[in-house]
Amino acid sequence: MRELLSRFKDIREYPSAIIGIVIILFLIGLALYALISIPYSEAVRLWRGAEAMWIENPRNARPIWMDWFTPASLPRTIIRDTKDDPGAKEIIPLTDELSEIIVTLSFDYQYDDFPREISLFLTAEYEDNRPFVTFLWRTPDGREYELRDQSISREDAYRISQDERLRRQLGGILPHTGLFMDPNAEQPTPLKGEYELVIEGLVFEEGADLDVRMIAYGRIHGIAGTDHRRRDISVALLWGTPVALAFGFLAAVGTTILTMIIAATGSWYRKWVDGLIQRITEVVMILPILPILVMIGTMYSRSIWVLLGAIILLGLFSAVIKIYRAMFIQVRESPFIEAARAYGASGPRIIFRYMIPRIIPMLIPQFVILIPTYVFLEATLAMLGLADPLLPTWGKVLYDAQHQGALYMGHYYWVLLPSFLLIITGLGFSMLGFALDRIFNPRLRRL
Amino acid sequence: MPEMQVDTSKTVEISNKKPGKPQSNFSRVLKYFLLRIVALIITVIIGVYIAILIANMGGAVDDIRKAQIREQIGMQMMGDPAFMEIPAERRRELMREMEEIEFRRLGLDTPFPIRSFIYLREALTLNLGRAERMTSDSGSRQVRLVILERLAPTMLLMVTSFLILFFGALFFALFLSRRYGSFLDKAVIALAPTSAAPAWFYGIFLILIFAAVLRVLPFGRMVTAPPPPDTFSYALSVLRHLILPVAAILSSAIFIVTYNWRTYFLIYSSDDYVEMAKAKGLTSGLIERRYVLRPTLPAIVTSFALSLITQWMGNITLELIFNWPGIGRLVFQAIGLYDSPVIIGTVVVYAYLLAITVFALDIIYAIIDPRVKVGAEEARR
Repeated sequence: MRELLSRFKDIREYPSAIIGIVIILFLIGLALYALISIPYSEAVRLWRGAEAMWIENPRNARPIWMDWFTPASLPRTIIRDTKDDPGAKEIIPLTDELSEIIVTLSFDYQYDDFPREISLFLTAEYEDNRPFVTFLWRTPDGREYELRDQSISREDAYRISQDERLRRQLGGILPHTGLFMDPNAEQPTPLKGEYELVIEGLVFEEGADLDVRMIAYGRIHGIAGTDHRRRDISVALLWGTPVALAFGFLAAVGTTILTMIIAATGSWYRKWVDGLIQRITEVVMILPILPILVMIGTMYSRSIWVLLGAIILLGLFSAVIKIYRAMFIQVRESPFIEAARAYGASGPRIIFRYMIPRIIPMLIPQFVILIPTYVFLEATLAMLGLADPLLPTWGKVLYDAQHQGALYMGHYYWVLLPSFLLIITGLGFSMLGFALDRIFNPRLRRL
Repeated sequence: MPEMQVDTSKTVEISNKKPGKPQSNFSRVLKYFLLRIVALIITVIIGVYIAILIANMGGAVDDIRKAQIREQIGMQMMGDPAFMEIPAERRRELMREMEEIEFRRLGLDTPFPIRSFIYLREALTLNLGRAERMTSDSGSRQVRLVILERLAPTMLLMVTSFLILFFGALFFALFLSRRYGSFLDKAVIALAPTSAAPAWFYGIFLILIFAAVLRVLPFGRMVTAPPPPDTFSYALSVLRHLILPVAAILSSAIFIVTYNWRTYFLIYSSDDYVEMAKAKGLTSGLIERRYVLRPTLPAIVTSFALSLITQWMGNITLELIFNWPGIGRLVFQAIGLYDSPVIIGTVVVYAYLLAITVFALDIIYAIIDPRVKVGAEEARR
């Protein structure tokens, strides 16, 4: 044991191992932060949430920090709500029953690009008669557009960006572009300044009320941007960390330990036991693991834990058994095993007390290198659409990006962020593993 | 990657064999070849059987077969006007009877242990029935045709990659072992951990760089649409589309493979007989070919087999990323459509492909390693 520790001290001589350890610690920190800041049920709810949950987020917005690298300042989401700002609402009683409600939502627009979308969400309180409202748009240079008039129900939405009539009125330009456009500029650029949206409502009952929320969706959002369903990608990136680490670690532990026991048993009992294990290994070698996982995923369960179990079972007799076996055959001949036999130790006792502990140091590097293989396996399954139905994972983000043509559409952040986490996980563990391999296997150390 | 330390024990074991009768090179290889093919056929049979056991854990295979028989009988009846005159009640009864007879004829009423062997036979001969939703490009719904049609693009992609990988890594590793400790050597050691990521992962980046940003290579597919009319420009188009997926496989595998092989070369080139050859004053090229490459090749081939198996597994996602019309993308489409017969079929085909890969490497192994003799092979087992 002391020898093992002293070998670990050699790590200091390998800069790649230090970098690997730093990355692994960072990932563990990120995983702990994710687990503490967003509880499991919350994470599942957020990621499966319908659009209503993410209504305030723009679609396909880039991460905020990308704004720092571009000369133009990209629009952020602007939200104006009469519930938060009662001063924006003015109620003028006209008769006993009839009254006029004037809502003026004003905002300062100082960005160099157009918003992605504008929507209005209206809530009205009434008994029988629906309020009637008129929408008016006022630009900083004093132009006015009458957007539309309509009667509204208790929960109503006016998606200005999708108003076809308004689009024709603006000369075929998308409303969220046309309403912000500087009429004098040659290139379409937004006019900066104070915009006003005036909603004049007529309510026909006493005590009837009207509330408006305007969302002008921006082009940047959060530290990781949003996806096509307005979800904040940072949720999946954060929660993907503990899932990836747990999956990789458990799969690596499961396969390494069980394979080691099988290899030790085979090399201890020799004869037919060893022969059988060797033959099974040869069969498993040609078993197409991924298609079999696909089969299990489509026919039985997509749960990440079911697939983890399948991976461990299929990995039991993997080709590494041959490597372990070669190591155990050497161990078997050592004098201390002979001594154990002399005092009458049983087979299992020798395997578990003498043989396995002897080879563990040699297996640590293999184990560390194995972890990212399984992290990527999870991502691979997710890319095939076989991700866990509940949990947000890095692979699921990549899957969505791939399916929405993120690269083709230029949403690079969507692919790059999960890829970055995947690759640092891969590099972190394998850099440490390769360095450990040189420390624990002196034959390689010379080279 | 798990194949990092690949066993060199195989060579050691073989060299410990008892001396056998001298055999001619050809009959040695032929005998070995036959023995290996028998062993592999048995292995494939067992492998496919395991796959069937897994597939039928929830009775999926049974359901597929029954549904297909039902559909077939239904179609038969619809096509026969004599049946249409029979009242509906009676017709349904007749249909059930016919199904019963058909089930019994095909042995589907037997207990699972027996039935499973019927499935095994059907799977091995790729007699996988009809796809539930997918069709081949020629319009057939036979699973066998749906799958075999996709085999050629997959083979083109994988064989090209494997050949480039093998020879590229071999020369690169030899080159590095000559320049042990140089900057390039250190760079390869430093880059070896990047092989933790599978090929498709690098594929995403290659698409991002060369297709999305630089716009010099296509995003995916195997030929341009519409395909060029004449053979030459067709081949050129395929070649252009082949660059990125092959590059993806190479970027994920070449560093680890080169790193491993370079290590073998270094281990073997420190042997006494190499020192002896040097002392004799042989040229370094001759020493490399005769005294380093020869004894190292078996270990290299073994390690290459394991990398290839990893690459075959990555093939599904790689084809998906590059929209390559091969078996991998077929698997993905079958997942989307829940087409179980096709999925089971691809499992079988991949088992065959892996077995063929192992077999091909075994043959190379036998040719390059004069110590492999059938007698020794048996003694080892």
